[in-house]
Amino acid sequence: MPGPLDGVTVLDLTEYIAGPYATKLLAEYGADVVKVERPGGDPARLLPPFKGGDPHPERSGTFFYFNTNKRSLMLDLKHPRGPEVFGRLVDRADVVVESYRPGVLDALGVGWESIHARRPSLPMVSITNFGQTGPYRDYKGSDLVLYAFAGEMYSMGILSREPVKMYGTAALVESGAAAATAIFAAFLVSARQGIGQHVDFSIADSHFGGLDRRHATAIAYEFSGRKTTRAPAGAIGFLGGVYPCADGYVVFTSAAGRMDRVKQMLGSPNWLDNPKWFQAGASVKPDLVEEFHLHFYPWLLERTKRQVWEEAREAKVLCGPLFTVEELFQDPHFRERGFWEDVYHPELGDFELPGRPFTMHGSSSDPRRPAPLLGQHTAEVLQEAGYSCDEVRALAAEGVVEVR
Amino acid sequence: MARKPLEGVRVIDLCVVWAGTFATLLLADLGAEVIKVENPFVWHPMTRGGRARPPKEMLQGLGVAWSIGYPNREPGPRPWNYSPTFVQMFRNKKSFTVDLRRPEGLDILGRLAEKSDVVVENNAAGTLEKLGVTYEWLKNHRQDIIMLSMPAYGLTGPYADARALGVHLESVMGHTLLRGYSDLDPSSTSVIYSADYMAGAQGALAVMMALWQRERTGDGQLIEMAQAENASGMFAQAFMDYALNGNAHGPIGNRSVFGAAPCGVYPCRSSGGAEMAEDRWIALTVTSDGEWTALRRAMGDPEWARSPELNCQSGRAARQDFMDQKLAEWTAQFDDYDLFHRLQAAGVPAAPVLEVSRAFDDPHVQARGLYQPQRLYDGLGPYRFCTPFYRFPETPLDVYQPPVALGEHNDYVYKELLGVSDKEYERLRAAGHVAMDFDPSVP
Repeated sequence: MPGPLDGVTVLDLTEYIAGPYATKLLAEYGADVVKVERPGGDPARLLPPFKGGDPHPERSGTFFYFNTNKRSLMLDLKHPRGPEVFGRLVDRADVVVESYRPGVLDALGVGWESIHARRPSLPMVSITNFGQTGPYRDYKGSDLVLYAFAGEMYSMGILSREPVKMYGTAALVESGAAAATAIFAAFLVSARQGIGQHVDFSIADSHFGGLDRRHATAIAYEFSGRKTTRAPAGAIGFLGGVYPCADGYVVFTSAAGRMDRVKQMLGSPNWLDNPKWFQAGASVKPDLVEEFHLHFYPWLLERTKRQVWEEAREAKVLCGPLFTVEELFQDPHFRERGFWEDVYHPELGDFELPGRPFTMHGSSSDPRRPAPLLGQHTAEVLQEAGYSCDEVRALAAEGVVEVR
Repeated sequence: MARKPLEGVRVIDLCVVWAGTFATLLLADLGAEVIKVENPFVWHPMTRGGRARPPKEMLQGLGVAWSIGYPNREPGPRPWNYSPTFVQMFRNKKSFTVDLRRPEGLDILGRLAEKSDVVVENNAAGTLEKLGVTYEWLKNHRQDIIMLSMPAYGLTGPYADARALGVHLESVMGHTLLRGYSDLDPSSTSVIYSADYMAGAQGALAVMMALWQRERTGDGQLIEMAQAENASGMFAQAFMDYALNGNAHGPIGNRSVFGAAPCGVYPCRSSGGAEMAEDRWIALTVTSDGEWTALRRAMGDPEWARSPELNCQSGRAARQDFMDQKLAEWTAQFDDYDLFHRLQAAGVPAAPVLEVSRAFDDPHVQARGLYQPQRLYDGLGPYRFCTPFYRFPETPLDVYQPPVALGEHNDYVYKELLGVSDKEYERLRAAGHVAMDFDPSVP
């Protein structure tokens, strides 16, 4: 069986999170992703967590996660001979992806115009904070700043407090996933129709344009003039939101809409025989909320989160346990599915990595390769591009590239 | 004439709620013909709204805007065509109706499968199997069909039968304990559904990759996406720190997972309170010593910021509470947009925490044409809807079809695509398969 992207070469000039996540997805399914790193490497190599805690460019867990299965070539695009080497890489690519600020590559002589002149059918996707056009195109961003502005952060958290974001770099990763579809679509147009084009992917646009709930709050306002605020704490009535149990927390959603199932989950207690629990809107009537909780909390506190979830599953009640990362790593379901994969890296040692996001049952899937060391593949990639060993040595001696 | 990236690809959309529906939206935006298969006798909660016919009083009272914010706060003639929760997922798609629970309905789906390339579904475990719709069944109708199945926890394993929305599987994957206020109990953490969009985007990618493979090998395939596993990338740093060091992450609010400081959300001048959605905030991140210098300059270099220990990131990280308090005093004097431009001009990553109604007026959003007016099928509007976020200059991607109404393409699918005779079409209509309204029996 072939890998879905066997033979597809991605020339990858992305850094940090969103772009590397997009190209990682392609690399996980067989594309040859050649990561062109600047001298010193992708700045994400200096982002924690580090193995053992101390900063080191080959020990960043963040860099590792977002760059598995790629090859690394270190090339100084600012060197007078940088563009020449870059051109040779362009000759072998099926799609170019970059994430520099608008205009940076143009200034170095390796931007869209030079790529397009050299290979008219080759597409390039630029992934930036705010896009290639518009008044904010040069503005800086971060996961927090972009999610605050373009994502649905304003309504997250509670009314009496400041809005609060998602974990870590989740919003950038969402945009990276969306960017992967743009990269692959640009590749398809090129492969089938011979058309190269410069695709402008804006992280902000992706959130404004429908990623992650902003579409719903926007159209609700357009339709009705209603604005989406943060909710007051504890506003959801009973059986909606996060509840404590014996060993942690569980979350229920809209479970009160199916009180028949809730009744089954709770073992059909007598107190639930009263028809008042089944009337429309029961779950938000303050007196009923209070009464329900008087029965429900003791039931929860006698059970662990796994027990609550199991009883909810049996009754088809929408519920989930709040696992810690440690609990997730040990969870039998994901173990049985073989989700965690063993990897080895010379600086990080042996450890377990979350598996691929989806399984293509009609495709082969090779074992995963660790993220590359800085410049690990410089020599082999240059030789594939037609440089002899001596030429590679000369380029390294001149400081155009670094060979590991 | 250039063709759109997925022109010529036909997708059967058997999706519910958001995750699958977002996958087929991206495929539709990229030019595939996506056909929603809808049953006028079965109401999937949270697919065309919470209820088929929400009572008028409910829409006029208090509640969550994206759930009750119908046009003019009225249910209108066909509320399922303009649920604010879902309507934006219906652009560029087609819709036809058929009751799959009856043999002649299932036969229609089989005939459509013969003429289709892809099937996408994200139903509760067992739902499609009960109808007899499996990958094998589809394959009998179309040998090289591609099926994307998106169960919450996968097709195998102890949780294979569990039902879930995004919030539940994100909780299982650790997200609910990883985000939120660092000083409050997890029960204050709001419910979100972000994994739905990860699943949608990665599902669309999976389908495209399978199409590419099919082009070269002639073979279709089944793609299994356990939505829980699929979301892992969002929690990368927590997983890696645990895997490498055994460290457990907990909620740090708006602070940086990389230790960049200051990093947070600070109050700005407001004309009203949060309950009126008039509270204003600025988000900012200082990611380097250079940006710290820039921030100092933007503030006019106040005494407190000159402390030498704040000149390096570790020093700033150690004094975040102090800096947050001082910064909040400073930001509170400004309008958020004023501060936004002032900080960006100085070189500090910053932006307002934008309440969505203000997005329509933002000059950048307008310059990029992110929202465009569309009229709904029932004549309502125009309203400003999102547009595809793809900017492909040579193969432009746009809105070709405003949010599709239930059964809007019945004629097209039955007659043009499947060649159903006028007589058979009338018979199917009489039997209720062909409709533009949900059956009155539907709640």
